[in-house]
Order: sequence, then C-alpha cells, then structure tokens
Amino acid sequence: MTPQNGTVLRVDALQLERGDRVILRGVSLEVSRGEIVALMGPSGSGKTTILRAVAGLERFQSGQIDVDGVKLAGAAVTTKMTLRELRRKVGMVFQFHCLFEHLTAIENVCLAPVYAHGIAPADARTRGLELLQAFGVDHRATALPRQLSGGEAQRVAIARALAVDPPVLLMDEPTASLDPERRTELGALLQGLQRQQRTLIISTHDEDFARDFATRILRLRDGVVV
Amino acid sequence: MLSHVARAVKPTIGLAVVLAFLGPAEAGHHVPGVRLLSAGFASSAFNVVFAAEPPRVLRWAGDPEGGAPFVQADPSRPDRVVGFDVEIAALLAAGVGRAPEFLNITFASIDQSILRGDAEIGLSGIEDTPAHRASMAVTIPYYEFREVLSVRDADAARVRSLADLRGKTVGTLGGTIAYEILLRAEREHGLRVVSYDDDVHPYSDLVIGRVDAVLLDNVLAERRHRAIPGFTIQPQTVAIGHYVGVLSPRNAPLRDSFNEILLGAMRDGRLERILRTWSVWNDDQPKLHEQLLAGVPVPAVIGLDVSGSVATMSRWDAARRYFPSLLRASVITIILSCLSMALAVAVGVLIATGRVYGGRMARAALTAYVELIRGTPILLQLFVLYYGLASAIRLPAFVAALLGLALNYAAYESEIYRSALEAIPVGQLEAARTLGLSERQVLTLVRAPQAFRLALAPMTNDFVALLKDSSLVSVLTVLELTKQTQIFATNLGSWVIPGTLCAALYLAMSLPLSTLARRLELRWRLTPQ
Repeated sequence: MTPQNGTVLRVDALQLERGDRVILRGVSLEVSRGEIVALMGPSGSGKTTILRAVAGLERFQSGQIDVDGVKLAGAAVTTKMTLRELRRKVGMVFQFHCLFEHLTAIENVCLAPVYAHGIAPADARTRGLELLQAFGVDHRATALPRQLSGGEAQRVAIARALAVDPPVLLMDEPTASLDPERRTELGALLQGLQRQQRTLIISTHDEDFARDFATRILRLRDGVVV
Repeated sequence: MLSHVARAVKPTIGLAVVLAFLGPAEAGHHVPGVRLLSAGFASSAFNVVFAAEPPRVLRWAGDPEGGAPFVQADPSRPDRVVGFDVEIAALLAAGVGRAPEFLNITFASIDQSILRGDAEIGLSGIEDTPAHRASMAVTIPYYEFREVLSVRDADAARVRSLADLRGKTVGTLGGTIAYEILLRAEREHGLRVVSYDDDVHPYSDLVIGRVDAVLLDNVLAERRHRAIPGFTIQPQTVAIGHYVGVLSPRNAPLRDSFNEILLGAMRDGRLERILRTWSVWNDDQPKLHEQLLAGVPVPAVIGLDVSGSVATMSRWDAARRYFPSLLRASVITIILSCLSMALAVAVGVLIATGRVYGGRMARAALTAYVELIRGTPILLQLFVLYYGLASAIRLPAFVAALLGLALNYAAYESEIYRSALEAIPVGQLEAARTLGLSERQVLTLVRAPQAFRLALAPMTNDFVALLKDSSLVSVLTVLELTKQTQIFATNLGSWVIPGTLCAALYLAMSLPLSTLARRLELRWRLTPQ
C-alpha cells in the first residue's frame, strides 16, 4: 500500500515499571517509514505508555528505543542533547490536545519553530498558516484554545506537532472525542500525512478506525505485544 | 509619652509613697484588661440607671508604655502602675471621695477614649495645647516643662538652637508641641522634621547619626540622658509647655473640682512632694504654682505663636490647610507601595521558582524563609530591620521601609506563584517538552505566563493590602498617609475630617487598581467561558 523504505522506529525489550507495578514487560516492535500503525488493546494495557516512552516523557528500567538513529536506553541517563535530537524526530498529539491555553491557535503552532528551532517569526507564521490551512482551520488562527471545538483543537494540535517537521508522529486516542464524520476526515488527513512519508503511530480503542486507516495493527495485553 | 522599651527600675521609695497614697484604692490598681474594662462598663451602666448614686471610682486613662516618671508598670508588680501621674490621679480621686481605677489606653487615643466616656480623665504627660483647649475640658497645669534641644556631644559647641540646624534633620514625637515648633522651624530655618511614635528612638537615632538633633521636653530628655550616653542637652529653652489632665467637655464641673484639688495640693505642698519623689521638681514649678494660686491664667504654650494653630481655625479651613500635606503623604504611600510591590514580586518569583525547581537544600532554606516571615509580625520585622540592625547596617528610613515591606510581601507573593505554578496541568508542560522546548523555555514560555494569569487576582489583593500595610512604616519615621492623618487629627482634636480625607485618598489609590485587575482577569481568563 505504501513504500516501505527501512525501519524508522525500533523498540527492544522495553521494561517499564512504576513502583511495584509493571506497565510494560519487554515490549518489542518495529515500524517502517510511512506506516500507520494502530496500537490497540484494553485500557491499562500500556498503549499510551509506549507512546510516552518513545516521546521521551517516561523513564524505563531496561530495553532500548531507537527513533531514526536517536537511541534511548533504559540503563543509561538520557542527556539533554539526546532529548533535543529525539524531539526533532518525534511529534506527539495528546488525547486532550494540551494546546497552550494562553496562546492563540497560530501562536501555539509557531512557538516551537521560533523558540526551539530559531526560525524567524514571520517565516514560522507563514508556514504555520499553511499548516492550519491544510487542515482547514486557518480561519481559527487567532482563536484561543478555549474558543475552539474539539475537532478544531485536534487539528491545531496536529499542526503544532508537525510545525517542526518530525518524521514520526505519535497520536494518543485521536478519535476519542470525534463524531463519525470527523473521524473519517481525520482518517483522510492521516493518510495525506502518510503520503508525505511520515510515520504515524496511533493508540486507539476504535477497531473500525484502525481497520479503515491503519496499515498495521499491533495488539497489546498486560504490557506485552500479542 | 510613649516608649517601646520597658523602662528602668524606679527606686522602691516611690512605690512606698504610691502605696501610702493609694491606701484603700489599691484594689483598683489590679489592672489586667478584661476585668477592668467590664468593671468600667458595668459601673457606667450603673451610673445611668441610678443617677442619684455618686460614682465610687474615678476611672483615669494613661499609657504605661510612656514609662517613668509618668506612668509605668511597677517593676516589682507588673500588674500595677506607678509614676507621678499615678499619684496625681490618686490625689484627685481622693479629693472627690473616690477610688482611682486605671485604664490602659494608647497615648495617641487618650483624647478619643475620654470623649467616648471610657474614663473620666486622662493623665499621662498630656500637653496643654490649643487643640486640647478647643476640644477637651483641660485642668489647670500641674507641671511646667521646657522644650529643649539635644545634640550629639561632638556638635554641642556648634549647634545651640534651631537656627543652627539648617539642612539638618531633627527628630521628635509626632503630634506634640515640639512637632509643631519643628514644622514652623522647617519653614523658617530650613531644617527637616522626622516624626517618631515614641520618645526613646529619637535619642538612639541621634547618637548613631540618623538625626542631627532632638527636640522634646526636658523631662523626657533628662530621662534618656541618664540611660544613653553620647548626647548633650542644650541649656537654651526653645519653648515652655505644661502637663494637664484632660476631661470631656461634658465633665467641666468635675474638671473645676479637680482644679480646686490641684490648687489645694499646690498650696499645702502635696504636689511638690509627689514631684520630688519622682525627681522632676525644679525651680520652674514654684513659679507656676504661685502664678496659678494668684489666679493668673497660664497660656497653653509660651514661646510658640499658636495663632496659626489648626485648633483655632474652622474645621474646613484646617482641612484646606492640611490637604496638600495629605496629598504629599499619599505620594509617599503610592511610591513606597509600588516600589515595594515590584521588589516583592521579583523576590517572590525567585523564591517560588526555587521552591518548585530547586534542590532539596534550596527548597528547605526558602521554605524556612517563607515560614519565618509569615509567622512573625511585620511590625517586628520593620523594627529589627531599622533599629535592630542599626549597629551593623544603618539603613535610611525609606530604604528600610521599602525593604521591610518588600521582603515581607515577597514571602506571601512566593506562595501565590508557587501554587499557581503547581496548578498548571502537567499536560501543558509535556506538550511543550515534546515540541523540543528546553526546561527553561517551558517555564518562561508556557508555565509562568499561565501561572501569572492565575496569580493576578490574589496579587492585586495583596497590592491593595500592601497599600494599606504601608501605614506601618510610620514606626520607622516615614511620614506616609496614615501617619500624616494621625498628626492632622491630633492637632485638630478630631478624627472626622482627617479620617474621611484619608479614607478617600486610600480608595482613590486602591479602586483603580482593583478595576484594572478585574479587566486583565477577564481578558486573560484561562478556563472556558
């Protein structure tokens, strides 16, 4: 269905514990460039935790993560340098969007390009508006997050994650708050991203959505891929 | 007169005389507050209901903080008071066949307390002034004092009068004759007046060089001179004043009886004995007694032209005359408040950031600071900063006031910012991190701006509170709005107009602030409408 040119994400025997609770027990998986992988499984199976670990938001006890050449190891302390490189490779869209409440839609999109990547504000804004336009929310550019609908907020959040152009995009439960029509629109949007050689990893409960739009489904149960 | 330091021990001979005078009245001197007050109220209720029954006690008001030789807590029995005013109260009470009952009232409030009827007479080194004569029923004077200038020993040869003090600062008690004299000298001789709330710190500040001279009555000057070395009392008399008892104008007949009793005590030497006991008898007193016994009226103040005194003007003229000084004091208040708040915000942000992001040691130290500041009175902190540290670092009054308010409010601000920082959802921070922002950028671009919006309402609240708390710095001789109002009210003998003007000025400063904050809050609201 899509060109498969090499592995972009490799997770190796990932063991993640919180206190005496084991969240991930030796998860291994591999994702190739341009795939849309749906991570499925019951609540508490570790879907979100895998995404968070890949995004560098979780410490893990053992195992290894390799995102397009940036390596995180459970045993070693992740340096700031590694984290900075990692975040050029991975973008994340949170279940509740987590747009910055004090900034408008376009400011949300431009924040990282300007401050983390040193792009000139005017250029960042032009590119940000293009992204918002591509997702059909450019008319909401100057709205604050609290003024956006759920679907609009999600599109702005995707635009924000893509503004720094990461090859891998992680999405946590993107369909959770969408009606069927918006779900279909989101699916089409994701397929458009896939055509640009972006790799998408999506945690979801939604069987139909996964079947319709993912190129591959990985199932988790009790912290292992089954 | 006031002083914040416990007064030195007076010889027991004084106590013996007091006991002799008090005799059966002794029970009335078991002071402690509540019982005494309730007894006072009960007896006044009693007087109303059974008007025919003559009152058995004479309630008199004084301030034991003023200390010896006026009124002080008995060093051997701190629940009782001793002093020449105590003995004069006993003398007057005995003269009308009553037992004296002491009521502890702050010096500056004695007039008001008498007018409300808390006590019949105030005796606490109270000066005979045009204001007192206009608003109260005053007794004949029972003591004559001289306003004298004290200077550092090194200046004794050079600085002999107010005219020698051009460009220098002179301290005194606020609201006294000496203060009025100095206000006049400010215009005539170009010196600068510093008003104190007590009569001890002017002299300690004189010795360490914060003021260049002190003008106060000789009783206070001589008492201080025995306690602290390093200053000289100049022999020249700047003005002559008198101590009187003050009563409510309603009680003019009682005042007349007291005058007779005082004249009797002058005639038969009882008053002289009291004054000698407390070592304040001098050659001025027989002359005063002679004059009074001959029926020659004694002017309120000799050596100060009182024709321009506010007490002799209409209330509105007085208000007009004082309004510019109230406005000037408001400017001090607003400048002091704005600068302190700015510093408090800056320090508060540092403390809050340290407590949220710092290591364990930093967090513990900052928590200790916040708890220390919040757990102790700001008045104490101001005293320590200005007087306590004076031997190590001699801060100017305004700087000490600014620092004191700022460091105190910084502790409260830091708690607001800390809780605001901690209230920002972790999702906001993680979203910022996954975008590649550094921890510092997460704080400055995402967390702090949102926290600031949450902190805005409590911050405004604090600013308005600080505006009013700035009145506390008058204890460091900074003449801000409340202090200026108090001086105005003392000179005028009424709080109605000064109080109203003062309240209006505070509101004029605080209301725009509240309005501005409400607007900003609406504009920056974070939560959905």
